Amino acid sequence: MPQARRIVVDGNEAAAAVAHRLSEVIAIYPITPSSTMGELADSWSAHGRPNLWGAVPHVMEMQSEGGAAGAVHGALIAGSLATTFTASQGLLLMIPNMYKIAGELTPFCMHVAARTIATHALSIFGDHSDVMACRATGFALLCSASVQEAQDMAAIAHMATLRSRIPFLHFFDGFRTSHEVAKIEELSDDDLRLLIDEAAIEAHRSRALTPDRPVLRGTAQNPDTFFQAREASNGFHAACAAFVSEAMSHFGALTGRSYDLFDYAGHPEAERVIVMMGSGAETAEETVEQLVARGEKVGLVKVRLFHPFKTSAFVAALPKSVRAIAVLDRTKEPGAVGDPLYLEILAALREAQDDGLTSFAEAPRVVGGRYGLSSKEFDPPMVMAVFANLAQTKPRNHFTVGITDDVTHTSLPWDLEFDLEPADVKRAVFYGLGADGTVGANKNSIKIIGEETDFFTQGYFVYDSKKSGATTVSHLRFGPRPIRSAYLIKQADFVACHQFEFVDKVDVLERAAPGGVFLLNSPYGPDEVWDRLPREMQEAILSKKLRFYVIDAYKVAKEADMGGRINTVMQVCFFALSGVLPREEAIAKIKGAIEKTYGKRGEVVVQRNFAAVDRTLANLHEVPEPTVMTAKRSRPPMVSSEAPDFVKRVTAVMMAGKGDLLPVSAFPPDGAWPMATSQWEKRNLAVEIPVWDQKVCIQCNQCALVCPHAAIRAKLYAPEALAGAPATFKSDDFRSKDMPGMKYTIQVAPEDCTGCTLCVQICPAKDKTNPRHKAIDMAPQRPLRDAERLNYAFFLDLPELDRAKLGSVDLKSSQFLQPLFEYSGACAGCGETPYIKVLTQLFGDRALIANATGCTSIYGANLPTTPYAVNREGRGPAWANSLFEDNAEFGLGMRLGVDAHRDHAIQTLGRLRGGIGDPLSGEILEAIQDTEAGIASQRERVRELKSRLKAMKGPEARRLETLADYLVRKSVWLVGGDGWAYDIGFGGLDHVLATNRNVNILVLDTEVYSNTGGQQSKATPLGASAKFAEAGKEIPKKDLGLLAMSYGHVYVARIAFGAKMAQTIQALQEAEAYPGPSLVIAYSHCIAHGYDMAQGVDQQKLAMSSGTWPLYRYDPRRVGRGEPPLHLDSPAPKTPLAEYMRNEGRFRVVEKADPVRFARLLKSAEKTMRQRYAVYQQLAGITVPLFDPKPPAEAPSPPAPENR
Amino acid sequence: MNLSVRYLGLDLPHPLIPGASPLADNLDSVRRLEDAGAAAIVLRSLFEEQILREQADAVQNAEIHEESFAEALTYFPTPQVFVFGPDEYLEHLRRVKVAVDIPVIASLNGATPGGWLNYPPMIAAAGADALELNLYRLAFDHYLTGKELENEAVEVVREVRRSVRIPLAVKLSPFYSSLAQFAGQLDRAGADGLVLFNRFYQPDIDPETLELNRSLHLSDHRELPLRLRWLGALSGQLRASLAVSGGVHSGRDAIKSIMAGAHAVQMVSVLLQHGPEHLGRILQEMKDWMEEFEWESLGPMRGNMSLERCPNPAAYERANYVQMLQSWRNR
Repeated sequence: MPQARRIVVDGNEAAAAVAHRLSEVIAIYPITPSSTMGELADSWSAHGRPNLWGAVPHVMEMQSEGGAAGAVHGALIAGSLATTFTASQGLLLMIPNMYKIAGELTPFCMHVAARTIATHALSIFGDHSDVMACRATGFALLCSASVQEAQDMAAIAHMATLRSRIPFLHFFDGFRTSHEVAKIEELSDDDLRLLIDEAAIEAHRSRALTPDRPVLRGTAQNPDTFFQAREASNGFHAACAAFVSEAMSHFGALTGRSYDLFDYAGHPEAERVIVMMGSGAETAEETVEQLVARGEKVGLVKVRLFHPFKTSAFVAALPKSVRAIAVLDRTKEPGAVGDPLYLEILAALREAQDDGLTSFAEAPRVVGGRYGLSSKEFDPPMVMAVFANLAQTKPRNHFTVGITDDVTHTSLPWDLEFDLEPADVKRAVFYGLGADGTVGANKNSIKIIGEETDFFTQGYFVYDSKKSGATTVSHLRFGPRPIRSAYLIKQADFVACHQFEFVDKVDVLERAAPGGVFLLNSPYGPDEVWDRLPREMQEAILSKKLRFYVIDAYKVAKEADMGGRINTVMQVCFFALSGVLPREEAIAKIKGAIEKTYGKRGEVVVQRNFAAVDRTLANLHEVPEPTVMTAKRSRPPMVSSEAPDFVKRVTAVMMAGKGDLLPVSAFPPDGAWPMATSQWEKRNLAVEIPVWDQKVCIQCNQCALVCPHAAIRAKLYAPEALAGAPATFKSDDFRSKDMPGMKYTIQVAPEDCTGCTLCVQICPAKDKTNPRHKAIDMAPQRPLRDAERLNYAFFLDLPELDRAKLGSVDLKSSQFLQPLFEYSGACAGCGETPYIKVLTQLFGDRALIANATGCTSIYGANLPTTPYAVNREGRGPAWANSLFEDNAEFGLGMRLGVDAHRDHAIQTLGRLRGGIGDPLSGEILEAIQDTEAGIASQRERVRELKSRLKAMKGPEARRLETLADYLVRKSVWLVGGDGWAYDIGFGGLDHVLATNRNVNILVLDTEVYSNTGGQQSKATPLGASAKFAEAGKEIPKKDLGLLAMSYGHVYVARIAFGAKMAQTIQALQEAEAYPGPSLVIAYSHCIAHGYDMAQGVDQQKLAMSSGTWPLYRYDPRRVGRGEPPLHLDSPAPKTPLAEYMRNEGRFRVVEKADPVRFARLLKSAEKTMRQRYAVYQQLAGITVPLFDPKPPAEAPSPPAPENR
Repeated sequence: MNLSVRYLGLDLPHPLIPGASPLADNLDSVRRLEDAGAAAIVLRSLFEEQILREQADAVQNAEIHEESFAEALTYFPTPQVFVFGPDEYLEHLRRVKVAVDIPVIASLNGATPGGWLNYPPMIAAAGADALELNLYRLAFDHYLTGKELENEAVEVVREVRRSVRIPLAVKLSPFYSSLAQFAGQLDRAGADGLVLFNRFYQPDIDPETLELNRSLHLSDHRELPLRLRWLGALSGQLRASLAVSGGVHSGRDAIKSIMAGAHAVQMVSVLLQHGPEHLGRILQEMKDWMEEFEWESLGPMRGNMSLERCPNPAAYERANYVQMLQSWRNR
């Protein structure tokens, strides 16, 4: 057997590399954590990489996973070899087609990075709840437990499906396997050729639907025949397991890696046995090995083929000596007798016993337990806890392990301190920021060590929930044998902290093993650093006897022109200190890797990295062995002492990275979560923050409007309010004839600002004598932090502007309204959040928001802290996320619900009018609520109504008390990105537009799927490169606005805050005021566009002036006034489109890669832009004839009054 | 009548060449220039600064967001296709070479020694008939002496000369304190030709918005005399051939340039104004003038009005300048 090539890949790549080579058609749709498989397949095809038969697979991105499933179904029925990749909700959307594909006995293998299904909350992480939802489809369910298996089982699944005609769902754990980077033995093309049965492919092709040999598929059958016909396939399902066994044997003979339907590991006479599948089984096996070495009679059955379940094979895998079995499920099936694997095992054992297949000394007791939901850690102590439970005379059944359940008391206790990691494995943990390149450098190190040495390697990376300033923790293992530890490192020989700020925030030495090495990136040198550390860290260094090193990596990086990228510097330090490779060799290999990574992209980048490598070692210093504690401070508390109880008890623990310790009782049972928690997380991300110069300021408020994080705000207040202001608090006279004598302040939230500089970019006010100085300049945050913290607190306490006194709201006055969306985790410079923020300023105190899954839902509601806030009256945006695909329907449902409440309240009020009295009742019923004043008056009336109701008796009065607030106008917003509105949710969006309900749809159009990493959507413009459209998109962007206009009754606007802020404010208000459906499409610059977000506002201007993003408002009400309904708000294109496009990486790469193609696409984009603009111009010039029919003899009843 | 010239060692039927400009950016106008009779064509410059910045920015803008967020470890397709180097330029050069039969002169803009000096061999390999090196550097550094700056430039020329065999022209700005001496150094460093002079984007102030705007105004014939002076001063003193660039708007302007010592005449503004076909008209103007004044060929004409040979060399010198101003004032 020739030695296989060893490669370092993650689970997604391992599976996709097999699937791509064995497929002709691949239909895909991005969803975490499986997106990478689709991206790789697309990229390979785009670069012409062929499948096993020399043809390049056709890869097609669809509009949803439902679409992808439909497409593969079609491709399969046409006789081709097809695959797809998905997870979670995506898999659920495929289920209808899966029944069909299985019912038609179609060879097909899909690959799933198993992920949690959203219930009380969404989770992107791994468990088997999605796969388990497919149990009834008729698919075979084959599980991989490691990166190696993700490749191997992928091949076995493709082999077996061809032979058995049963379609396969091959799955592995999302993140833990899909994203783990490991060294594996590669399956070569030759291997695959020897494995795949060509005759079975021929047989599949011969069954193709073709007019040359037509058959009929998809008949409708009736009670007389459906049942029998459904049973006709039984034989195929029954035979499937044997084909899998055969494929595994064949595979083992070829590769030396043998698998079985069920693999047993452990003591041959084990008495206690765990049955489980997935990555947890690797951890269990590692633990079992150690326990058996200690003489314990324990074992593990690893389930490979879950369905079709082969009872005889399962029973055969169990040792006869077994007395107690724990079946572990990584899913939850509330209401069932137990979770699915447990039920299957119970039933199988009972049947086996009845059929005489078992020969146990005595029938084993079987208990079921749940572990690892949403990638919850599952480590050796937890395995030990399960075995300990089995050792009880009456083991606990239906237990959980890995959490503390103090409510229903299901959880097993486990020993937090217990460590069982093999001694010959080197372990390293790195704490970094996303932006500093730590993870990339570590992946690179794993590749170097994995591919250049005999070591086996493993890398697993933990990211936090923020898109800006995200913390990353890298867990790297190196050892002489394949690494099975599918859990985080607890005892690391090497701990690196790449950010000095972390010493006060994160317990980085928690994971340091005694006697290990601690490397700190520190601006303080070896003689100074010790005194700069907090007490806890000094204590840990001393008690664990760590060897302590420092480097000023930022200094080295800066000297090498690397900006803030310290990745290379820290990588060199790691190799120098860890001794995995000899220093010189390591440095040569790092340089080789740099050349490989950047060589093609730019010599300058290579040179800068080389310079960083060469400067590093001279700057790496060991700190003289410290002996005494000198710290004068402790690590500061996570949140302020003023934080609410829940934030202190729950949120702060999550913020500290210790959420695993929270018990069940800490959580609301239905997922409802408190508002306004982001204010307690002071992230201090900005190196520089804006500083206001009131003397230069022209009080335009544009800075506040563009701020993505509500971290620079304007306030207008009476001079008396300044009493007690901090010494450095700035204030100026408000320059307005209408409001004389008022004071004005622009204030920065110093600890919440991300330093994106959008406010400085937009600021139009320059100091005339020194125009480089503006009314807002950036200045280092640290020296300003304390003073500005006080100033900001004072600012927040200043009275808010009375909304009721506000007349019409314009750009400037909108920014005196309190933002109810603040300090989100969105990217620094985000182009979406300014719209959401202004939406909450305008309507937040009476808005319901239905939010499609995507960036908006993640920065909107990803724990631990969330940005939607409340005003002083406790009102704020009521926000919910249902799914990705259903958001329009979800929001419409909210509207229907709110309207039903309102109608019910009106009716009840009508019936109780006598008791309540007039004029109050009449005033409430006839209230006009189209201004802030009108709304305030109605709120006052409702308050009075409620107080009168209190004194009234009877069920109707009680009912009206709860419904009365619905008499105040509510504003329903359907918010989401272009992936939702243009693609997966378009059907629903279209339906909602076709109603006459008062919903407002805000599409934050970044022109790609931003949240999943920049895949093209139908909003992607012609000529842009995106994932799935690498060479530049050929087809123009869908004109969603024009489609909506075609209904005639829909208010439509296209806006870009950076191009024309006033139009943005106007359009949002008009949309809200419009009594039917409104659609507002908002240009949102995005990091996926490939340029510095500080230029976002300028690019928005260019988008408008080049004509690629014309601004308009289409208001159906204008038709009745004899005016053209469409009003163009931007002038005819005058900037060349190329000027706009060449500023952005997404277009530039197309030009760089293929100038000829780019020139063609540019021409085509210009043409489309001009044509579209011409259409808008014409539309803006035409009025719509009314054709009012003569009034019929009897007028129809008027529509239901809009309670406004 | 014989208008043929030898410039950079290239035998050209006449001296008229479209200079480095957007004119050569697309194949259509390149063909039109050839049809109009252009003797050779200079491509727009490949900018050292731009390449370096774009390389760094491309990596920076993409990488800074990578590996930060669990759902999206990258935001762009696999990086193998991102080639922020000279490839785009080289590809264009190859296509221009295929499209036309006249010599194609590539242009490279840079001033300091560095990694970008790898590009000349690539340009040569892509088929350029010659390379025009555009030395442009504003000496804002208070500690950088004129000598240091000149030495660096000479070093660049020497390096490039070593790395390629194709003819090498150096395009200069007029802002050297000792231009004649510097030109001699470049000549000795291996330049086959000097192009006088660069024209730059110039800053302009918007007094209302307090912004600096960059603008490039088209040249007119008033810019020619500066070139004539220095052509005249250098003519006959160097091994390198000379080209004029900036201010030639008519056949008569071209004739003057030849008389001052130019081997080749580069034009941009006039062709941008009137289209590529205008080159043919200027050529015809030259021929008509030569016929009228009975010139058979350009060889004897070249440099006849140089500092060395003109009847009143003092007219090239400063004293004369002062006199002119005085006479203007007296009028």
